[in-house]
Parts: sequence; C-alpha cells; structure tokens
Amino acid sequence: MAHAHYRNLEGRSLGFYAVLGLLGAITFAGLGAALYMEHHGHWVTGMSNQIVWGTPHVFAVFLIVAASGALNVASIASVFGRQLYKPLSRLSGLLALTLLAGGLAVLVLDLGRPDRLIVAMTYYNFKSIFAWNILLYTGFFAIVAVYLWMMMERRMNDYSKPAGMFAFLWRLTLTTGTGSIFGFLVARDAYDTAVMAPMFIVMSFAYGLAIYLVVLIASMRWSGRELGDVVFGRLRNLLGVFVAAVLYFVTVYHLTNLYITQRHGIEGFILLNGGAYTKMFWLGQVLIGGAVPLVILFSRLGQSRALVVLASMLVVLGGLAQMYVTIIGGQAYPMPLMPGKEVVASSFFDGMVASYSPSLPEVVLGVGGIGLALVMATFAMKVLPFLPQSLSDADADPHYKAA
Amino acid sequence: MQKIRLMVFGALAVAAAGWLAAAPVLAAETASAKSAIGPVIKTYKGDKCVEPTEEMRRNHMKKILHQRDETMHKGIRTRKYSLKNCIDCHADPKTNSVLGENGFCESCHEYAAVSIDCFTCHSSSPEKNGQPPKAASTDPAGLMEKTISSAVMGTTNGNQP
Amino acid sequence: MSLSRREFIGIGGGAIAGITLAPGLRLVELARARSPEEAATQMQRWGLLIDIGRCQDCDVCVTACRTENGWYGHNRPATDPQWIRKVTLKDNQTGYVESLPVLCQHCEEPPCVDVCPTGASFKRADGIVLVDKHICIGCRYCMMACPYKARSFVHEDTINQKSYAPRGKGTVESCTLCVHRVDAGKIPACVEACTKDGNQAMVFGDLKDPNSGINKHLAAGPSTPLRPDLNLNTGVRYRGV
Repeated sequence: MAHAHYRNLEGRSLGFYAVLGLLGAITFAGLGAALYMEHHGHWVTGMSNQIVWGTPHVFAVFLIVAASGALNVASIASVFGRQLYKPLSRLSGLLALTLLAGGLAVLVLDLGRPDRLIVAMTYYNFKSIFAWNILLYTGFFAIVAVYLWMMMERRMNDYSKPAGMFAFLWRLTLTTGTGSIFGFLVARDAYDTAVMAPMFIVMSFAYGLAIYLVVLIASMRWSGRELGDVVFGRLRNLLGVFVAAVLYFVTVYHLTNLYITQRHGIEGFILLNGGAYTKMFWLGQVLIGGAVPLVILFSRLGQSRALVVLASMLVVLGGLAQMYVTIIGGQAYPMPLMPGKEVVASSFFDGMVASYSPSLPEVVLGVGGIGLALVMATFAMKVLPFLPQSLSDADADPHYKAA
Repeated sequence: MQKIRLMVFGALAVAAAGWLAAAPVLAAETASAKSAIGPVIKTYKGDKCVEPTEEMRRNHMKKILHQRDETMHKGIRTRKYSLKNCIDCHADPKTNSVLGENGFCESCHEYAAVSIDCFTCHSSSPEKNGQPPKAASTDPAGLMEKTISSAVMGTTNGNQP
Repeated sequence: MSLSRREFIGIGGGAIAGITLAPGLRLVELARARSPEEAATQMQRWGLLIDIGRCQDCDVCVTACRTENGWYGHNRPATDPQWIRKVTLKDNQTGYVESLPVLCQHCEEPPCVDVCPTGASFKRADGIVLVDKHICIGCRYCMMACPYKARSFVHEDTINQKSYAPRGKGTVESCTLCVHRVDAGKIPACVEACTKDGNQAMVFGDLKDPNSGINKHLAAGPSTPLRPDLNLNTGVRYRGV
C-alpha cells in the first residue's frame, strides 16, 4: 500500500463525551480510593502483613504487562516488516504508553509512601530487579514516545524501523523484568523460577493484543470507519495463537512444580484445594481466559465481531484472574520455617493459608488504572491522528486479493 | 580649586550611591520590625544552640540529614546534630512537643510553607525515660525564653525526607 | 567549645578501642560500648543463639521487645506489627512439638536487602539488618522476599514512638537487634529478658570474636539456622530445632 491515512477522532459527539466522561469518572474514583487508603493507612484495605500485595498489584502488574504487549502490533510492522500492520502501529504505540501510565499510577498510589516517588527515582539499589524496572519503565516511555514521533513525522519515517527495533528489544527486557519480580523471589514456593520471565512475555502478547483489539474495534466503529476482514482476521488469529501460548507456559510452569516434591504443597493449593484460588485458576484463568476464547477465536464463531470482542474481554478477565492467582495465591500459601516441620501455633499466622478479601477501595483503585489508561488513549486520539482513516480490505492490503 | 570641587562632588557621589544602596535594606528592616510577620521561635533549655542561629536557620536541614545517614547506616550516635538534641531543647514544656501552633518546628515550617517529614516516624517529644539532655540545668523560674521574631528567614531548601 | 563529660568519655573509649582492637589482640573481653562517634565496623558481626531446649512456654522476649521498641497493636492481628513472635512447630514425621521465638534472622545474604529498590533495606557493617525508614517507599517487596515473615508494614498512624525506635505509617519495620542498645554496649531487650525472667535460652554476642560467649556455645554443640536450604548464613541460629 502507498500511504496509510490517519485522522483524529472528531470528538464532538455526545457519545465521545459520554465515553470520556465515564472513563474520567472511573479514573477520579480510583484517585479518591487511593486518597482514602493513604489517609487512613493500609489497614482499611484487605491487605495485611500476610498478603502484602493485594488487588491494586493485580491490576497494576496486569496493566504493565499488557502495556508492553500492546506495542507488539507496531513491532510486527517495524521489526518484522509486515506492511499490513503498519497502519495499526500508531494506536499500538499509544496504548503501550497509556496502559503503562495506568499501571504505574496504580502501583505508585498503592505504595506506603507515594509521596516519596522522588526517592524511588533518586536512590537505587542495582541488585534489585525492582530498581531496574523503574529504569525500564521510564525508559519505555521515552523510547516509545520517540518511536511514535518517528512514525508520525513524515521526515523521520526512515528512522522508525531502527526505533521500532530498539523499542521491541526494550519491551522484551521490560517484561523480563516484570516477570522476574516474581521469578527472583527465593522464599516462596509459587515463585522462584526462571519460567516467570518468558511466561510474562507471552502473557503480555495476549493481554496487550486483547486490549488492542477491543480498543481498535470500538474506536473504528464508533468513529464510523471501516475495519475490513483482512486486518480483523489477522489480529483475531494472532490473539488465538497468543492465548494458546499462554496456556502452554502455564502448563510447563505447573508440570515443573509438580515434578519437585518440595512444591507439591503449593501445587495442591492452587490446583486442588485452594478454595477461591483453585476456582480462580480453573474457572477464571483456564476456562474463561483460555479455553472459551480459543473456541471463539478458532471456530466459526470468530466471524462475529461481537464475539471476538467478547473473547478479547474474556482474555482480559482471565488475565486478571491469572494475576490474582499468581500474586495473591502465591502469598496466601504459607512458607515453611523448617523443612519437614509444620507450624501448629503462631500469633502471626505462620503455617496458615492467609485470608484475603479485596476491599472496595482496592478494586476501585485498580479499575481506576484501566480508566486512566483508556481516558488518556481516547483523548490522545482526538488530539493527534493515531487512528487510520480506513482499514478496509482494499486499503489494508491490496496485494491480498491479487494473491 | 577645581581639584577641591571635584573632590567634593566625588564625595557626594559616593555618599549618594551608598545611600541609594542602603536605603532598601533600611526600609526593609524598618518594615519587618514594625509588622513582625513570622513565627515566634522559642528555646527552652540551654543558652545557645550548637551553631549560631543564622547558620542553623539556613542549614539545619543539611545537618540533620547528614546526621541521619551517619546514625542510621554507620551507627554513629553523636548528640550534637541529632534530631533528639533539637527536640530536647526546643520542645515546649507545656505541650511537650516541637509541633503545634507555637511549636518550634511547626510554627516556622508552617510560615515557610515547607512540610516536615520527620514526625511521621519520630516522636516530637523529648525522651522521658532516657538520659536527660546534658544541658538540662533546670530553671524552675521558668525557662530561658528567647523570643526571636524572625525577620530574615533562611532560604529553605525544600523538604528533607 | 568545651568537651562534655559524655563526649570526653566517648573519645577516651575510642582511644582504648584503638589499643584493644588491634588485630588478634584483645585485652578486655566484655562487650565494649563504641564511642558515639565511632562507626560500626566489619570487625564484628552480631549474632544470637537460641536454645530451643531451654525455651519454654512463655513470651517474655516478645513482651520485652514490645515494651522496648514500642510496637503496640490495635487488636487487628492481621495488620498489627510483630517484630518477634513465638511459633510452635511440629515434626511432620514424628509429631515432636517445640516452641521457639522467630525474629529477623539478620542474614549475611539478606533477600530483603537484595530486592529493596531504594536501598532502604540494608545490612550494617556489623551484620545488623535494618530498614532506613527515611528512604523506604513502602513497596513491601522486602516482605515478599523474606523467608521468615520477619517484617511488618505499618498500617496506620503511630503515636508515642520511642525516640530510639522511630516507626511510621507506610513504611516497613522489623527487629533491629536493639541496635540502639548494641551501640551502647548493651544486649538486646529480648535476650536480657530471657536471661533475667526467663529460661536463659538466648545468647547474644560477636560471631567474629573467637572468644565470645556465643562462639563458645556454638562450638560446644549443634545449631542450625531456620530454612537452612536457602543458605543465607543467618546471624540468628537455633539449637535443638
């Protein structure tokens, strides 16, 4: 194709303002929830000295993982040279930025001392993967911003390929870092495994693309632009492959743990007798987040846009469930003090499955992060031409029909 | 003759320049003495601070910050620039605190609009059961109060975490 | 400025330290208070030996720690802090039951220090693991990393803190091995209480001093760290666990 044409969202309709208003309201509610938690202290949340990372972390890590995944569409165009994905690149870069902003906002607002953000930026312990992540996140903003500029400024277009390559490598590193937050934790049986890093990368592919698909279909439709079956079909199939890959990694992770006798406890807890966590795993992560979307995406049901949007949303829900099981389930299962010995009494809940139920402010803060990411994206699409004018089959890939 | 005229003129010029330069300063001092805006700073124990007042006004935060890292990370527990030492001398015996409306720390920080991040963790009261401060010459007649209406505030370098 | 009595003693102590701490030469065996201006050094590593055989069904160590360091609760067990706690263990195979205090183990290779993004979680030269609450951002990653659940997050505003044990909302805290007492040449509050009112189950001392009481005890009988599989070389060791 010659040149993709982009156009801003007109953004004057009642519908646009309704969407913006709704997302804005969700964001402000999240902010209010954070204020409430910080004012009273974390005891008003479901978190405790046993479950130190709660629902906000579920949303924050999900969004951060999804952010790097949302950039994939652009990477496929720039790095792997697929022309079909080129008109999709700008939105991909934009979502990568806003999803990361949303996730980081939740993460920071859940800190015990969010007012000390400047300390996190000025004091570094370079043995900490968390410290590396702070650099990776801030670097990601800068790199993707430059990448977007290269893509959007015609005179800089020539540089978009190397910029895209660099952004791609950076995002792989970033998700490796995010996965390693858990992979590098020696104390807990649910973590402490190298598979966390690649598993998080594959998860990012799925979550990022699922969100991308929903946003693309919605914004193209609501702004009256055509989205042809070629692009739609490609993205749908790609999502299917990613969802299957996530299931593969989850299987490898659990098989490995099942082989290690020491880890039979945590595996029994997650897979069999962990109550809410077991349900969340089988129903949320595997069924809703994996099996059902796969059926929709790879069957005739996938012809329906509505069903594919549903499948994407299920992937998002399944992703949140997966994060819940990983982050909260991993903490809820007790750590042994001595191998071969069981804690029978303790004033500090040693040896017991820690109880946790999400409180309203935590959920509102987490959802607020999603709201923030989407409200920023919506507004940006009005201000700058991120969205292609048309993704009809003829526009998207003239060679497709010739072939 | 011309030489003398020149000298007189020169002297006048110098005097004028000097006056011009001094005038705003004088004016400022008069104004501040009249209005006396600012915190009321009181000291209750000892007769002088560990450093001259002017030095402490400008640099107390640097000294406390330095001492903080020395104590926390190296275990150096000299008293001179410790927050404990500040509190022991400057806490108001009525409120037993350096905070509060007329508290030594708070009143001034309030005036300068610089938030203090010491007392979310540190107690704002002198230690009760610990050793009494070394300069605690009890003064039952009632506190060697020194009221300083602070005319010139040292520049505050922002909040010290 | 004239020297105060305290400072004079401090400097004197420092001078004596210069003599006694010459390599391999130690004239005075007693735990010596460092002078206030002297930094903690790697010449020492503070440790604790807890003899489970002597540890009975009491909690004087816990009470003493709470009183010393002022970490009171709000009757909310899930969020209330615990710097030291009593735990009862049962052997899965034999059913043998034992009771022991668990506190920060002051690891030589502390996972909490490794993961802390700002360096707020740190190990002092003399092996005491601490939280620098001035630069703690409250991310709680150290609590995720600690195998012993030794750390607590301060979930609400604090009042009446001890001047030597500051603690505040939104930061993480844990056993300091009573660093303020150790710096003054005293033993931790839990050890003192256990020795005085309890069962003399705790021995505190310098692991780098071959002649210290704790080293003699350690050499005289078996001991093990908690979670030996992690190979963290803890400063706290247990006998009979």
